[in-house]
Amino acid sequence: MTSEEASGPRDIAVVAFAQTDVLRTTDEISEVEMLMPVLHQVLDRTGLKTADIGFTCSGSSDYLAGRAFSFTLALDGVGAWPPISESHVEMDGAWALYEAWTKLLTGDADTALVYSYGKSSPGSVRDVLTRQLDPYYVAPLWPDSVALAALQAQALIDAGDTDEPALAAIGARSRRVATLNPHAQRRGSVPQGEYVVRPLRVGDCPPVGDGAAAVILAAGERARELCSRPAWIRGVDHRIEAHALGVRDLTDSPSTRLAAEHAGAFERPVDTAELHAPFSAQEVVLRKALRLDDSVRVNLSGGALAANPMMAAGLVRIGEAAARIHRGESDRALAHATSGPCLQQNLVAVLEGDPR
Amino acid sequence: MSKEPVAVVGIGQTKHVAARRDVSIAGLVREAARRALDDAELTWSDVDAVVIGKAPDFFEGVMMPELYLADALGAVGKPMLRVHTAGSVGGSTALVAANLVAARVHGTVLTLAFEKQSESNAMWGLSLPIPFQQPLLAGAGGFFAPHVRAYMRRSGAPDTVGSLVAYKDRRNALKNPYAHLHEHDITLEKVQASPMLWDPIRYSETCPSSDGACAMVLTDRAGAARAPRPPAWVLGGAMRSEPTLFAGKDAVSPQAGKDCAADVYRQAGVTDPRRDIDAVEMYVPFSWYEPMWLENLGFADEGEGWKLTESGVTELDGDLPVNMSGGVLSTNPIGASGMIRFAEAALQVRGQAGEHQVERARTVLGHAYGGGSQFFSMWLVGAAAP
Repeated sequence: MTSEEASGPRDIAVVAFAQTDVLRTTDEISEVEMLMPVLHQVLDRTGLKTADIGFTCSGSSDYLAGRAFSFTLALDGVGAWPPISESHVEMDGAWALYEAWTKLLTGDADTALVYSYGKSSPGSVRDVLTRQLDPYYVAPLWPDSVALAALQAQALIDAGDTDEPALAAIGARSRRVATLNPHAQRRGSVPQGEYVVRPLRVGDCPPVGDGAAAVILAAGERARELCSRPAWIRGVDHRIEAHALGVRDLTDSPSTRLAAEHAGAFERPVDTAELHAPFSAQEVVLRKALRLDDSVRVNLSGGALAANPMMAAGLVRIGEAAARIHRGESDRALAHATSGPCLQQNLVAVLEGDPR
Repeated sequence: MSKEPVAVVGIGQTKHVAARRDVSIAGLVREAARRALDDAELTWSDVDAVVIGKAPDFFEGVMMPELYLADALGAVGKPMLRVHTAGSVGGSTALVAANLVAARVHGTVLTLAFEKQSESNAMWGLSLPIPFQQPLLAGAGGFFAPHVRAYMRRSGAPDTVGSLVAYKDRRNALKNPYAHLHEHDITLEKVQASPMLWDPIRYSETCPSSDGACAMVLTDRAGAARAPRPPAWVLGGAMRSEPTLFAGKDAVSPQAGKDCAADVYRQAGVTDPRRDIDAVEMYVPFSWYEPMWLENLGFADEGEGWKLTESGVTELDGDLPVNMSGGVLSTNPIGASGMIRFAEAALQVRGQAGEHQVERARTVLGHAYGGGSQFFSMWLVGAAAP
């Protein structure tokens, strides 16, 4: 038995992160053109080249791109020659990171490149997301993502968990802190605005935008060579809930709680949390499920209310949390990603820096 | 690092047909999953995680259908991953699931791939309206036919080889109750007389459009010890990708396919695939891809693959049977086709392939590819634990 076997699974860390500015429209560039600078940046941060990477995994959605096999062109941007060990999830990049993490755990690779991207601007993302719903009974009614999130927000208000001023404060805080985030799309003081779907106002909803993100993972000593303060992944887990909203308690997120338990989030307090809460009311649900009190710095990046690039926003949460550890601004951080209507599917990662 | 050995202990397929109008997408996938669990004598609660794959969401018109399918696959409260690597996805999905076991993240994983092509129109699903981009030239056959031509020119293969493959695979399909095409009156003459679609590819040398799903239960060593039927052990598995189009790409025998096979053989200790591997379930959507992949996978020297086919080596009773199940030429629910190859390989080494069982199948290769011959996934399974 090797020492590594004796000490359990190998340590894996996020060693680099890069993201684009999130923009309302990027008509003038393709997805590959949006992604390329990010890939170069993240590789430059470690000095690695494509050929040095042991495994590559990406996340994206054909429905956002408006065409089948859209990810195949993004692969051209990676420069997959000589051929690379590579995979793709039709999910947020946070789940691509999960697949890469398991690949590194097997020992088949020591480094991984994970990227994801999405352009919401070419279509109406509210309409597009209705195509995620049960295709026989629900999708034909075209209930849009804001309407579904409004049901969740109203359920929370009815349960006494929040009220409209409290929700407005979440949006205002997110955009205020986002003034320090050069990549965020909606920043600073903006009016809470009209109702989009009652009780949600403009300020309770995420901006629609385009963006991409990439991270590099590395195992063990390789991580220390590539990064002065690696963000060690202490645990990562994800869980899904029933699809039909009628069978779920929308004021709670048991899948987030379960994922957090399995990721070890409750073993010790975290100092930082990056939550993927596209709607203000969802932050209320997630804070409760994750037992985050006011001592935890939540969404210092501004979160999804300041920038919500579909398919990349979850990976950005992990990247932002890791970057804080890299910079010495956090010692133990939680990152969360979500997918599906009203927080149906949730991923939690716990990241730590070496003790100082 | 040591990896946990991975065993296939349950396999389930639907009867593949042109249109399953009697079930929803959820009903279709649940049928395959239920059969895989029954084969393993497990229940939904024994499953730790679900990994699902299919080819583009446009084929059914449902965006990220795993969200809607969570309930049908017993995934509520569990991790659920959705893989999409074009035509190779069925194989990639199984490998992602296998890695969850190999990494000791989960003990028992349900993996499933499906396509319900009748819900929509795959031709439109593959029509890419983006300017400055290679169109698929009237379907996948239009894209692949020039590469077949290039193979014929390079190898000097006589133009009868493709029809031999189709005739063989369609006869093999008659022995597989789950195969889509059951052409009881098939003859070599009928294949050769079928209309030319994309020269040199004839109608009877192309795959059908199928509705279908395939599921497997993968588990660790402890799970395998409890299995009621012989497990298939994963001896090696790999994925490789290369860009779609670039100067220097060998579309006839892509480097990614060679590298992928080499990685699998290295993991499994295979030094001479022709000698060490007993049978192959190979992704052959157009008949000529059998001789082409025989070379790409190292079973024949370059330019020699067609000779194996022509001499009967790849027949069910040949020395290296290929596509005992009838293959993609007889059954093509696109997203599931790769997983069917992987599952049929496992069925063979478990001795459970019924009428299309190969007697001496101890080590069998499952192979899938996708995109513009750019994505490859393969696994080698064996009757004996690694």
